[in-house]
Amino acid sequence: MSDMHATSATGAGQKLQFWMKEDHHPANGTLLGFWIYLMSDCLIFACLFATYGVLGRSYAGGPSGADLFELPLVAINTTMLLLSSITYGFAVLEMQKNRKGTMMAWLVVTGLFGAAFLGIELYEFAHLIHEGAGPQRSAFLSSFFTLVGTHGLHVTFGIVWLITLLFQVGKHGLTAANKRRIMCLSMFWHFLDVVWIGVFTFVYLMGVLP
Amino acid sequence: MSAHAESHDHHDDHGHDDAPHSTMKGYMTGFFLAVVLTAIPFWLVMDKVIPDSRTLAVVLLIFGAIQIVVHMIYFLHMNTKSEGGWNMLALIFTLVLVVITLSGSIWVMYHLNTNMMPGMTHDMTQQVKNLP
Repeated sequence: MSDMHATSATGAGQKLQFWMKEDHHPANGTLLGFWIYLMSDCLIFACLFATYGVLGRSYAGGPSGADLFELPLVAINTTMLLLSSITYGFAVLEMQKNRKGTMMAWLVVTGLFGAAFLGIELYEFAHLIHEGAGPQRSAFLSSFFTLVGTHGLHVTFGIVWLITLLFQVGKHGLTAANKRRIMCLSMFWHFLDVVWIGVFTFVYLMGVLP
Repeated sequence: MSAHAESHDHHDDHGHDDAPHSTMKGYMTGFFLAVVLTAIPFWLVMDKVIPDSRTLAVVLLIFGAIQIVVHMIYFLHMNTKSEGGWNMLALIFTLVLVVITLSGSIWVMYHLNTNMMPGMTHDMTQQVKNLP
């Protein structure tokens, strides 16, 4: 805006020429807006991480992280989410080449990895609750279930969104609007993987330390 | 700025806005780094490589931070130019808030526990025991 230049030509008869320097509006601000939504989501997770950081060692005489967490299971879970991230990347690459079929196939693979992640997490939760280590047992477990559960809820809605997108792309093809939606979900999905890095580092790996 | 002028023509043709153009190489680099940066912390903890908990915790946090940066660059395509720098500005603002929230909460609550609830922490229990 500030760099609007007007060249007044030397000749009086010539028209004034205007041009704009470094003022470029994107066609629409959806991706930026979605990024700002993700940043607000990031703050939700920051609050939950802070809560866990404060309460994570308040066992109330109950089981600790070292007693409960099964790291091999967490490692498998992390692998599932990481694989789903890279397969989403493949879907975006196929989208750029306008290959609808393979793009949808990679999205389905991503959704399956996401579902596997959720399945393992639900199994872990059910196992903990069955052992009497449910969210009501101690402040540590309350904050654990809230933090990890919120992440799991995000993945669930990510999968719902992914299935919706599959139908939209199937019906209308790779239109500009659908490509934009795919890029938004891409950011959402990779963002969830970033949050999971925090979860497995801060909650699981540091939780089992003596 | 010349790159901007080029991308302007470009997105008029295609109709979709400045979505960063991802490459196979970028994704594979990111994936490889992510696998390595995930495997090492799990190995450190599961094989108890570093005996001291405090040192290990710091090492784990460093690995986590590096992996988050790797994901940001290779998967989320963060750079200082996307959306005219507004992406990066929003990220930096959020990071400031996140750091204040996390470090502030943990710092304040740690001191609150130590000063207001003796007996809750290990150190205080020892001090109470040592009283004459």
